[in-house]
Amino acid sequence: MKLLIFAGPPSAGKTAVIRQIIRQLTGEFTVAFLKIDVVQAFEDEELKKEFGIPAKKVYSGDICPDHTGILVLRDAISWAEDLGAGILIVESAGLCLRCTPYTTQSLGIVVLSAVSGTNSPLKMAPMIALADIAVVTKVDLISQAEKEVFREQVRDVAPRVDIIETNAVHGTGLRFLTMAIRNVPDILDPDAIVLRGMPPLAVCTICAGKKEIGWQNHFGILKTLDGADDLYRGE
Amino acid sequence: MEPFTPVIITVLSGKTRDGSLEIFDEIVLRAGDTVSVVGPTGSGKTAFINDIEVFACKDTVTGRTVLVNGRIPPDEMVRDPAKKPIALITQNTKCIADLTVKEFLEMHIRARRIPDDSRVGETIALANEFTGEKIAAPMHMTSLSGGQTRSLLIADAITISSAPIILLDEVESGGIFKETVISTLKANNKAVIFVTHDPFLALLSDRRIVMRNGAVERIIIPGGREKKIIHLVSSMDRVLFKIREEIRAGTLLDGGEDIS
Repeated sequence: MKLLIFAGPPSAGKTAVIRQIIRQLTGEFTVAFLKIDVVQAFEDEELKKEFGIPAKKVYSGDICPDHTGILVLRDAISWAEDLGAGILIVESAGLCLRCTPYTTQSLGIVVLSAVSGTNSPLKMAPMIALADIAVVTKVDLISQAEKEVFREQVRDVAPRVDIIETNAVHGTGLRFLTMAIRNVPDILDPDAIVLRGMPPLAVCTICAGKKEIGWQNHFGILKTLDGADDLYRGE
Repeated sequence: MEPFTPVIITVLSGKTRDGSLEIFDEIVLRAGDTVSVVGPTGSGKTAFINDIEVFACKDTVTGRTVLVNGRIPPDEMVRDPAKKPIALITQNTKCIADLTVKEFLEMHIRARRIPDDSRVGETIALANEFTGEKIAAPMHMTSLSGGQTRSLLIADAITISSAPIILLDEVESGGIFKETVISTLKANNKAVIFVTHDPFLALLSDRRIVMRNGAVERIIIPGGREKKIIHLVSSMDRVLFKIREEIRAGTLLDGGEDIS
């Protein structure tokens, strides 16, 4: 099974891009979808209804949504593997631009909007720098010169990131993303997956620099994929 | 200006909204061509030039394919806007870049890896030939009017992008000297494809593509047969231009006799 991790600020068009990906790959792969959000999310129900795919969401509530994503990711991989999925898509809440939810053995995709301002790539530098692919959405709303200027800003942050420009509503340009997805190797050993980057410091073991995914590897206030309440582990 | 090798664009037909085939086999665009795209709102005009801009490969709603020099363009040309031989000036009259005109142009020059920076002044000077509202280097991009934004982006397409093919989407809206724009683009041997509702602009083109129901319905090559009407519309357009400027200047037009 392939693991795709989508990050990007709210309203950048993450779900619009994911919808196109599912549309293009659904004949080839069984796609499972997990949305991580804070208080409300509808993407899982929409995608389930539209494509009939297994979809799930988890609310982080009082915990950092990116940390929640890390905690539940190991459970989510088992859930999707048990369903026989060929691709697991994880969509982050997209709130903290400092976090980089990408892991090893996955394809990390950041989605950012071309109309979010010239300096926005600089503001979310960590989210872009560790991604494999930067999808720039809403390019139909800007001119050729603006596209190049925006691209230059992304390049300044991440010289090697693969940039794909799209009007995600129409799906233009996304054939390059589906090509990249087809070429992503399957997860080799889910228990060996770790974060690519260090999340910002706060008060749990993820914050303290433990990069393993799955709540089983952490202490403090934790979250499981299906557990209704937060779980505490530790002294 | 870096010369792109000569570029010929070929648009292969797609489908109408009802799923039937479009009436043409291919539309070929070469340097120096001026082509207008006309038709009612919602008929697929913008979709037509967008197909060219994204190098459609049966992957857009129209199902069209766009070839460059007879072939599917290489990925690099499709994906990197700096390697694209096409510049599209959209209907959008606002630029979102939070930069000054000078910073914006410098950044574009840097993105194109052009060593000489005299082009900032060159671009602003050319843009000022297209608009009556003067543009200056320290102005903020977001504060430019619709006419100024378009003028600057068209000038940029000529001096910095050096794109051999220019797509203009309803360039006439907003204070811009449309005739100067078209003649400058022609003089620079650009292939110009423009979506327009303006009768005079439409008549200035060598070919008119008529859109209906999402598809090309007809391709008109006037070949000089519209000379009389062009002459008439040209003088009407001059009169309208004068009146428009007078109204903008706050004049009461009670004389009438000096407008001709």
